[in-house]
Amino acid sequence: MRYRSATLALACSAALVLAACGDEDGEAAGNVVGEGSGDSCVIEDPVRIGAALSLTGGAASYGQSQQRGLQLALADLNEKDGVTYDLSIEDDQTDERQGITVFESFSGSNGVSAIIGPTLSNSAFQAQPIAQEEGVPVVAISNTASGITAQGDYIFRVSLTEQQVIPQTVEASIDAYGLENVVVLYSNDDAFTQSGYEVFAETLENSDVEVSDTLTFSKNDTDFRALLTQARNSDPDALIVSGLIEAAIPLVTQARELGIDVPIIGGNGFNNPALIDQGGDAAEGVVVGAAWNSASDNPLNTAFLEEFSEEFGSNPDQFAAQAYAGLMVIDEAVRAGCSGERDAIKEALAGVSDFPTVLGDITINADRDTDHEAVVQVVRDGAFAVLD
Amino acid sequence: MATQQLLNGIFIGSIYALFAIGFTLVFGILDRLNLAHPAVFAASAFVGIELVDRTGMSIWFALPLVALLGAVLGLVIERVAFRPLKNRADAHFAGLIASIALGGVIIALLQWRYGADTRRFPAGSFPEGTVQVAGAQVTIVQILILVISLVLMVGLTWMVGKSRLGRAMRAIAENATAARVLGINADRITAITFAISSALGAVAGALFAMNVNSAQLTMGTAIELKGLAVIIVGGMGSLVGALIGGLILGIAEVFTVQFVGSSWRDLIAFALLFAILLIRPQGLLGKKKTREV
Repeated sequence: MRYRSATLALACSAALVLAACGDEDGEAAGNVVGEGSGDSCVIEDPVRIGAALSLTGGAASYGQSQQRGLQLALADLNEKDGVTYDLSIEDDQTDERQGITVFESFSGSNGVSAIIGPTLSNSAFQAQPIAQEEGVPVVAISNTASGITAQGDYIFRVSLTEQQVIPQTVEASIDAYGLENVVVLYSNDDAFTQSGYEVFAETLENSDVEVSDTLTFSKNDTDFRALLTQARNSDPDALIVSGLIEAAIPLVTQARELGIDVPIIGGNGFNNPALIDQGGDAAEGVVVGAAWNSASDNPLNTAFLEEFSEEFGSNPDQFAAQAYAGLMVIDEAVRAGCSGERDAIKEALAGVSDFPTVLGDITINADRDTDHEAVVQVVRDGAFAVLD
Repeated sequence: MATQQLLNGIFIGSIYALFAIGFTLVFGILDRLNLAHPAVFAASAFVGIELVDRTGMSIWFALPLVALLGAVLGLVIERVAFRPLKNRADAHFAGLIASIALGGVIIALLQWRYGADTRRFPAGSFPEGTVQVAGAQVTIVQILILVISLVLMVGLTWMVGKSRLGRAMRAIAENATAARVLGINADRITAITFAISSALGAVAGALFAMNVNSAQLTMGTAIELKGLAVIIVGGMGSLVGALIGGLILGIAEVFTVQFVGSSWRDLIAFALLFAILLIRPQGLLGKKKTREV
């Protein structure tokens, strides 16, 4: 008896060692290698996906929107034959440390096949190295900072960067309004508005537009009248602003009060329905580039809009659309290799090309970023319309 | 353009002044620094917005209610953070720390009630329109803010200087024990002083939220340092000094933007504070080694 239990213990520890070896190869749980390819792919066990979203804290409004987008995508995917998904959404509380914890639990043994998120670039920079180390593919769905995908070859992104959107925004505005002379304002105590400003500045430098003044503010400022009065002095054809939504609303309102009626061109921070809801008439003439055209008549998009409002009783925003597209891209990669193993997904993600999504046709480029066309919007009659 | 900037400075400066006067009133009379004052500033902005949003009442009816809320908060601050500690040898510091803690509690309650997002008055809450003053664009709301601030400040100065309550306050400021011997209810006067101070801070908060049409949980922290700078520039405890100090700070900020550069704004404002401390340590209207209301 004694001898037998010792053997059993030995066998168990051998099994544990083997299991540990398996972990080092970065394998996810379950039998997730299937047969077939694309639509014909059949995988026996559900493929597990983890999402780290900011469901509470400062970025909660974005994270909750993403959660809805993912839930909708999950429901749609699980209706299709062949592959099913098991999605676990965890809250990073808009806290970088919590983001690391969530990534650790996703990456560990019995972890997931791929990770979506986190919501904010700040958290992404801290958490992604853990997934890279463990060999878990990550798909970023909302991060716009540069350098996100440079952290490793397992990191992919379906959201457009500021570097991709801003030049298109500026060029479209120059064409539409014949800009000759602009004033640039940006908050210089925030990493993202600062990097947004740098892209604006570089784009303007390469154009014929003259920048007659560059003014800075703090991300906590709410009174912009002194700055705007100064901006008004040079009689610009447009204001170009890199700021977060908290600054955007009072800035736009006060600009209109001071009689500045020219277009106001914003960075990603302006891409928020709150600008129209709370800015009211003052928001008219605000130009902002976006990764998702809510008015697109792409059939995937119209179906998405309809399903989303039916399910949640409200219209989706860009965060929901990008989250939806993110899970669809993972499905495309899983089916392409017909495998839910981490390395297979990573290989297949790199090969995603001209894949139709609600955002448009997505191609993952050599930097593991996404190439798809941005849409330049202008606020007209209380809604975002395509600038032409 | 200079007129426009001057007016911008006066409007923002008058709000700084109203905030700082509440600060300096408690400091001048009671020798206590109430660091829960910024939390009252933020609380009144959020509650003011909710009143207008929920009941659809005019902002001009909401303002007195906000002042009342401020007064109640002032009584609570006095009762919770200052009165239990008043007989300690280190009552000044103990009260200061306790008021920081109470301010933190108030902000946490606000976050629980309203969340972390920026809140705004619903569209159409204010009279719309702008008027031209010497070639500068001024909104009607800004003019009303200036008028309300000035009326409150002049009223307070008169009350402290001339009324019976003001005389009692000054008696306590001079010598609390002697005042008590003369039959003044020191606890009551102290509580009233806190109530008035916080009511002014509350009105300042609501006016600030109207001026920029936004209220954030951090709005009190942002103005706190400026308020301290204003009462130091004006002279600790001097009401007129706080008014002048507020206007100087507001105007200094806008002219820094105009003539030096927007990045230098806070640097110039606080360098001004330093300069005044070096040249005139008691502040512009402060008196050396005396307490004044």
